[in-house]
Amino acid sequence: MKKYLIIGNSTAAVGCIEGIRKNDKEGKITVVSKENRHTYCRPLISYYLEGKTDLERIKYRPDSFCEENGVKVLYSRSAEKIDSEKRTVTLDDETVLSYDELCVATGSSPFVPPTEGFESVEKKVCFTTLDDALTLEKITDKESRVLIVGAGLIGLKCAEGLFERVQKITVCDLADRVLSTILDKESSDMVQRKLTSVGIDLLLSDCVEKFEGNKAFMKSGKEVEFDVLVTAVGVRPNTKLLSEIGGKCGRGITVDESMKTSVENIYAAGDCTESTDISDGKTKIMALLPNAYMQGFCAGENMAGKPSVFDNAIPMNSIGFFGIHIMTAGSRPTKEEGGEVFEETTEDTLKKLFVKDNRLVGFILIGRTEAAGIYTDMIRSKTDIRDIDFEYLKKQAALFAFGKEKRKEMLGGVSR
Amino acid sequence: MKRVFVKEEWCLGCHLCEYNCAFANSGLDRMEKLKEKRIFPRIRIEGEKDVTYAVSCRHCKDPLCVKSCISGALHFENGAVCIDREKCVGCLTCVLVCPFGAVMQGENGAVQKCELCLKNSCGEPACVSGCPNKAIVFEER
Repeated sequence: MKKYLIIGNSTAAVGCIEGIRKNDKEGKITVVSKENRHTYCRPLISYYLEGKTDLERIKYRPDSFCEENGVKVLYSRSAEKIDSEKRTVTLDDETVLSYDELCVATGSSPFVPPTEGFESVEKKVCFTTLDDALTLEKITDKESRVLIVGAGLIGLKCAEGLFERVQKITVCDLADRVLSTILDKESSDMVQRKLTSVGIDLLLSDCVEKFEGNKAFMKSGKEVEFDVLVTAVGVRPNTKLLSEIGGKCGRGITVDESMKTSVENIYAAGDCTESTDISDGKTKIMALLPNAYMQGFCAGENMAGKPSVFDNAIPMNSIGFFGIHIMTAGSRPTKEEGGEVFEETTEDTLKKLFVKDNRLVGFILIGRTEAAGIYTDMIRSKTDIRDIDFEYLKKQAALFAFGKEKRKEMLGGVSR
Repeated sequence: MKRVFVKEEWCLGCHLCEYNCAFANSGLDRMEKLKEKRIFPRIRIEGEKDVTYAVSCRHCKDPLCVKSCISGALHFENGAVCIDREKCVGCLTCVLVCPFGAVMQGENGAVQKCELCLKNSCGEPACVSGCPNKAIVFEER
């Protein structure tokens, strides 16, 4: 009977458990969980603040999950050291666990930039765990003024979650626009107008130079008074366990298409890894829930002895802010890189399709997002746009563009 | 497992399946009550003039929507892909990944999808039993 060990208890870990159990019903699975909670949906912490989910519904899998899958979870424990020769992992309480197959699913940690006077700020949090959300719930009230550093996905989702709970929200970012990692200037402007219209103060191309208690002195010379500070400038993959035993790491843990690391019998999955974005061939950190699950599942299958690959990862996001919905996927090659853009914009909708070498490689959709998965699938399966009616697809995402034969296969069989 | 399949050569493009679906899942006692209401069908007719066909969930064996669901709302029930609309927060990641365009936002923001009429009182898919030209079938393939 195989002994499986998983470090981490979030999306990639659940994927890994389900991947193992699909192929091995007998093996012993142990999970090391830093947080003292049943596995929950990390991206839902802002929805918790908004009241769209609660401590029950936020659970990623039912309470019976561990029992049904024969998983032993060690809560409030962290892994300190891997010994790849002896195949053991030592925990913070000096417990030594042995493994046949190990999956590192340690996630990422928020990055807090060193800023003068940061320690003088009394109420401050990051925004990546449920505990962070519960802390924010406790330390904010109707009178609170909140300063959020970072106008990316985490910072803006936090702003939306807190919006009805507090008096005022200011968001600052070094970039000249909001959501700069996933949106171009034009689409970002659209989101920005929405945020400004609901009353969120944005300080862009600006950063905090120094804190003095409840006051932030900005680089631009502005001063912001606040009661609560949220740091949301980004996250960094937790690679240490693997890097200190000589495992290959870039910014994230390096894995192959089977999620194997460079160390024998050790796999890695989720936000702690980096992988290849097949839309542009570049290695990146794609810290997104769907990728984490699929990587975890793939790792699990391989750990259980069933050869499996996950070789079509792309960055993708579906996210709403104050009623406007955004979907993005893939990459956005510039004209110089050989890219071409097809766009259609109205006052409150935007569609940009990015094409390179006769393939759809990316898109941005705002407002109208129906059936967007048809576009996403074209990116992931590298569909040649000369084989389909791309003119039709520019107008709308529909299977019509694929022709009768392909449709018959898609709607008349069980292909996936 | 039995699934819904579409024979596009028989589809009249009459949109009756959309009404039958919306009615079956509306909880209303009579179809006339749908009049002047915005309907939320889980199947939809696509196409142009002479070529039309219905699209609904394929109940994939290895569904991207379930794997990608950020709230744990999409799941399997006896082989069918089902959604717990109480858990769904309407992030639409499933819409972003479904290669068929077969999941959609329903009334009140949560996502809805074909659940093969397993959760209503129809017994078998309403789109199938109501199709006047047998262009939608429910069978094992």
